[in-house]
Amino acid sequence: MQNAWIVATMVAVIAGVVGFFVVLRGSAFPAHAIPNGAFAGAAGAVLVGVSSLLGLGVFAVLSALGIGSLGRRGRHDVATALALVAMLACGAAFLSRTTEYAPEIFSLLFGEVLGVSTTELLPVAGLGAACLLAVAVLYRPLLLSSVMPEIAEAKGVRSDRIEIAFLIVLALATAMTVPVVGALLIFSLMIGPPAAARALTPRPGAAIALSVALALITVWAAIALSYQTNWPIGFFVGTISALAYGLGRGWNAARTHHHQLPHSATFTDASSPGSPAPPLGQRRQKRRRPI
Amino acid sequence: MRPAAQHHPHVRALAVDGVSVTLGGRRILDEVAFTVQRGQFTGLIGSNGAGKTTLLRVILGLQRPHAGRVLLAGRPRARRNRSIGYVPQKVGLDPDLPMRARDLVELGIDGHRLGIARPSPARRELVAEMLAAVDAERFADSRVGRLSGGEQQRILIAHALVARPQLLLLDEPLANLDLRSGQEIVSLLDRIATEHEIAVLLSVHEMNPLLSVMDRVVYLAGGRAVSGTTDQVIRSDVLSGLYGHRVEVLHVAGRILVVAGGPAATNGSPDGLPGAAPLPDAR
Repeated sequence: MQNAWIVATMVAVIAGVVGFFVVLRGSAFPAHAIPNGAFAGAAGAVLVGVSSLLGLGVFAVLSALGIGSLGRRGRHDVATALALVAMLACGAAFLSRTTEYAPEIFSLLFGEVLGVSTTELLPVAGLGAACLLAVAVLYRPLLLSSVMPEIAEAKGVRSDRIEIAFLIVLALATAMTVPVVGALLIFSLMIGPPAAARALTPRPGAAIALSVALALITVWAAIALSYQTNWPIGFFVGTISALAYGLGRGWNAARTHHHQLPHSATFTDASSPGSPAPPLGQRRQKRRRPI
Repeated sequence: MRPAAQHHPHVRALAVDGVSVTLGGRRILDEVAFTVQRGQFTGLIGSNGAGKTTLLRVILGLQRPHAGRVLLAGRPRARRNRSIGYVPQKVGLDPDLPMRARDLVELGIDGHRLGIARPSPARRELVAEMLAAVDAERFADSRVGRLSGGEQQRILIAHALVARPQLLLLDEPLANLDLRSGQEIVSLLDRIATEHEIAVLLSVHEMNPLLSVMDRVVYLAGGRAVSGTTDQVIRSDVLSGLYGHRVEVLHVAGRILVVAGGPAATNGSPDGLPGAAPLPDAR
């Protein structure tokens, strides 16, 4: 039981940090596809009788490289979808060949934090430390190329390399977290807490810290509830993450609404009297036709 | 053709020397040559498709020219040159981006370097100084993605300036702004060029908002360019030569209109010469 708390804590810290950049970059789809690809790797590892963590890691990195190299100029949806279905197809084939007991597979999909043994802690800790170190090293160019890719390129930041590096970090984070919360639900831990955090604070550093804190609360509460009710931990991770996001958005909306009147008054006054500027998304460059 | 620089003669921030670019068999830039001095405000004028963005990409080192070269402060540009500040046309900041305007400016100091920046009073002061230089203190702590177009433009200029560039490039900074915000940005850039002693090169498809502040004009049409002062370049004979057909430059109520053909036939450009001239601002 003590192992469960330790491993869940490590998973939450990684998911909170890596998830911040997943949400910032709009990489939610790769964050969904890579764990599912990794699941196929774990099924394959069970089939040939090697450590499932190895299978997870190899397949997660392969998915990440596939998505990163096939995707063109930040458009990854088609490449991601293809990597996802290719990996799931392999997973289906591996599963049909394996004689393993179904609960093993179930735990890979939905998580089995309570069964973590002491020998499994070390590789998880190692992968977690590698992820944190990688994010710390990449921090500034990753932030810059996520927010303003064109300016980053002009400053000599290679966005394509940053993208591949980040997908590999995502793959490593996936490999360590899938056995704990499951392939289907790690996604929720990487999206819910960071999305809630960014709604709650406008500072990047504070948003990362808050994202980690919310992820910790989520997994700790999920373990306690799962232990009490005997329901799968993934259920609680998923629902608490979604709840955190909902509350974050609600709080943000309430706050924005509260501040709206004085704000828009000053802005309108400063830029264009009479007609307030339309929201950015609706603005189009007016093109004048030549004679 | 080079006029006496008003502020800092002989301090050449940028020299574009016979640059040609061919993309997909089409000549986008054809031996474009001009220079930009420090402390000067230069307008890069041309209609859509004239090659403005390609030219800016060549200067930034994002596009290799097939001929010619770019000199920065008299030296060939290094592959990664950070003495250029750049404000692209579209940045598209997410309204929910967890970043204050202040944070975005700070990212301009050393956002390309690996690792995490250690906060320091010196960094905070530098950021505050840049926010003051673009009159953005009022919304420095707001989420940058929720600011208006003109406010974001100021923050992006501060982001570019904080790295102390010698040259500031802006791609169509007025395209998404209303007239008044546009004028404010233009006079801000004019002040920055003088006070910070940097060269400002700004691309527009409509020159009238720049007439009061431009020290020099680079006029692009069909991939070719002429440069000089406004009076030297925006003339019927010069622009007719550039376009390869007759255009008239008309001065109306303090504004300049470039129209195709003689005054008698102002409707329609000759066949095969699309995009002859930008229409004057209709507003």
